[in-house]
Amino acid sequence: MTATYQNPRYAFRRPAALGGAVPEQARVVIVGAGVVGLTMALDLAQRGIASLVLDEDDTVSFGSRAICWAKRTLEIFGRLGLGARFLEKGVTWSRGRVFFRDQEAYGFDLLPEQGHEYPAFVNLQQYYAEEWLVQACAASGLVELRWKTRVTGLAPHAAGTLLHLATPEGDYALQAEWLLACDGARSTVREALALPFQGQVFRDRFLIADVVMHADFPSERWFWFDPPFHPGQSVLLHKQPDDVWRIDFQLGWDADPEVEKQPERVIPRVQAMLEGASGMAAPAFALEWVSVYTFRCRRLERFRHGRILFAGDSAHQVSPFGARGGNGGVQDVDNLGWKLAAVLAGEAPEALLDSYDDERVLAADENILNSTRSTDFITPKNTAAHAYRDAVLQLARTHGFARQMVNSGRLSRPATLHGSPLSTPGGEGLPLGAPPPDAPVLVAGRADWLLRHIGRDGRFTLLCFGQVPAEVPPGITPLLVADDDRAGALWDHSGLVLRRWQARAGDCLLLRPDQHLAARLHAPSAAEIAAAHRRALGHA
Amino acid sequence: MPLQTEPRLADPDALYEALMQAHRALDEARSRRLDARLVLLLANHIGDLEVLREAIALATQGDEP
Ligand SMILES: Cc1cc2nc3c(=O)[nH]c(=O)nc-3n(C[C@H](O)[C@H](O)[C@H](O)COP(=O)(O)OP(=O)(O)OC[C@H]3O[C@@H](n4cnc5c(N)ncnc54)[C@H](O)[C@@H]3O)c2cc1C
Repeated sequence: MTATYQNPRYAFRRPAALGGAVPEQARVVIVGAGVVGLTMALDLAQRGIASLVLDEDDTVSFGSRAICWAKRTLEIFGRLGLGARFLEKGVTWSRGRVFFRDQEAYGFDLLPEQGHEYPAFVNLQQYYAEEWLVQACAASGLVELRWKTRVTGLAPHAAGTLLHLATPEGDYALQAEWLLACDGARSTVREALALPFQGQVFRDRFLIADVVMHADFPSERWFWFDPPFHPGQSVLLHKQPDDVWRIDFQLGWDADPEVEKQPERVIPRVQAMLEGASGMAAPAFALEWVSVYTFRCRRLERFRHGRILFAGDSAHQVSPFGARGGNGGVQDVDNLGWKLAAVLAGEAPEALLDSYDDERVLAADENILNSTRSTDFITPKNTAAHAYRDAVLQLARTHGFARQMVNSGRLSRPATLHGSPLSTPGGEGLPLGAPPPDAPVLVAGRADWLLRHIGRDGRFTLLCFGQVPAEVPPGITPLLVADDDRAGALWDHSGLVLRRWQARAGDCLLLRPDQHLAARLHAPSAAEIAAAHRRALGHA
Repeated sequence: MPLQTEPRLADPDALYEALMQAHRALDEARSRRLDARLVLLLANHIGDLEVLREAIALATQGDEP
């Protein structure tokens, strides 16, 4: 147990099917009540789809694990009704500083412009995120959470998957029409299907220490290369709510994880770090959570296997520099939720789900590439790599070009879905597949945000600049953006909507329910809009 | 613009000497860092990834004993 957080315990409830002769039936089953599985269930619930969530444990994440939630993830949590809670409890930050030896090499700002509802990042312990998701799932009335229920085996067949479940009170069978495997890096579903999970292991170890203390470091990400207080290795400092601070120490491959976890080893390291970083005596602190990790970058070849779909760490794993694990997983959900809902409602062919595979494999590759590059910079593999790394850091003190090469983590950004089969070629402006830029608007005189008006009804949006076409096909919500105060319109009073979407008057942008850009039309006919809509729903 | 490999320096001996001068008195690790800084500065000056990739490819091939 940690000092600042008590893990809730969720009760096991004996399901009616336990002991029954025939398997229970369910339309949508989610394996894993981690951050990804819970977000999946909540997203589907908001689309009116019930699901059954199974988890072998009876609580949320033990230890803080993911702490950095990126802007795009916050926007998604905003759509799911949790955004304000993250902002309220979490630590907002957008600036980072990088130190080399005893000097600052450079500082950066991840969101230097104003006019977005959410900041570049909010730091919040993963257990809070999961606890709130559990509450929201329960409140939806459409999610049944079954704790202490472990998937031990499965058999896919034409109409779905037969699952074998183990519980404290015995085993039972469950027949799932659709199976969403959100069961994490050691996915049982992936292993049961014998799917290769390939990639790279980094020969390095990191000590993750959460400490509780009153300290006045700013709300910034601080990263040291080769500091005097931890020579030859790197250190990362992050602020979390509840006076908890995350400190990552690079240890090198030869470190013994069991030895390094001992408080008598960890405390002096933290002490030296705090003194070195502040130049003052270390404040009193207590260890909250300590863990030693090695990191991997790997993914499944495909995320869709018929009616089994993988999301989150079960599908892809990255090193944590860049905070792309949890954030990437939440974005998987954002991509998958509306597609599965459209298929279940009979509005789209099952083939639409292949686009989940296309789009999120591309995004996973981008995350893996960025996180591999960061890890290569942080853990140089030979003397040449070491010399280049140090040369970059030396040059960065005085030369802007070298600052751009310093890589202490390329922090999570949403992928542009280049080459998506769902996009309609043509037009100009923001790239097709782009994630949505937010902007301030006025609605009936009140300050509001653009993204709050896109996709909340679960539908496609036609973002119309200046004029809504005479005829908009069914299934699409027209949204008028005007440069003056008009009834029923979003008033783009600052001109930022037009600018950030790179639009001109008369443009109509078709946005998917996940807010990504599907088509760039100009004063379109109903037939043109309908064609782009059909294509975005996967009708060949 | 492709990588230029025809002679372009008015005084190649002077360049060679300047390089040797810079490395004189440096140990192995410092020499490596010097070369790395030099490559990075020149790469930024060239500013064309295609040309740089061509140079990396040529340099990679050029180590037959
Ligand atoms: C130290 C550290 C720091 C990190 N920092 C960040 C960060 O700042 N930002 C970020 O975005 N990401 C970060 N990550 C990554 C992030 O924690 C993961 O990407 C995220 O937890 C993945 O979520 P998930 O739901 O896919 O898997 P998990 O959180 O692992 O959840 C899987 C769930 O499935 C359940 N389960 C597993 N097998 C079975 C089974 N057979 N039957 C039933 N249930 C099962 C488990 O009990 C678990 O609840 C960090 C990770 C670590 C370790």
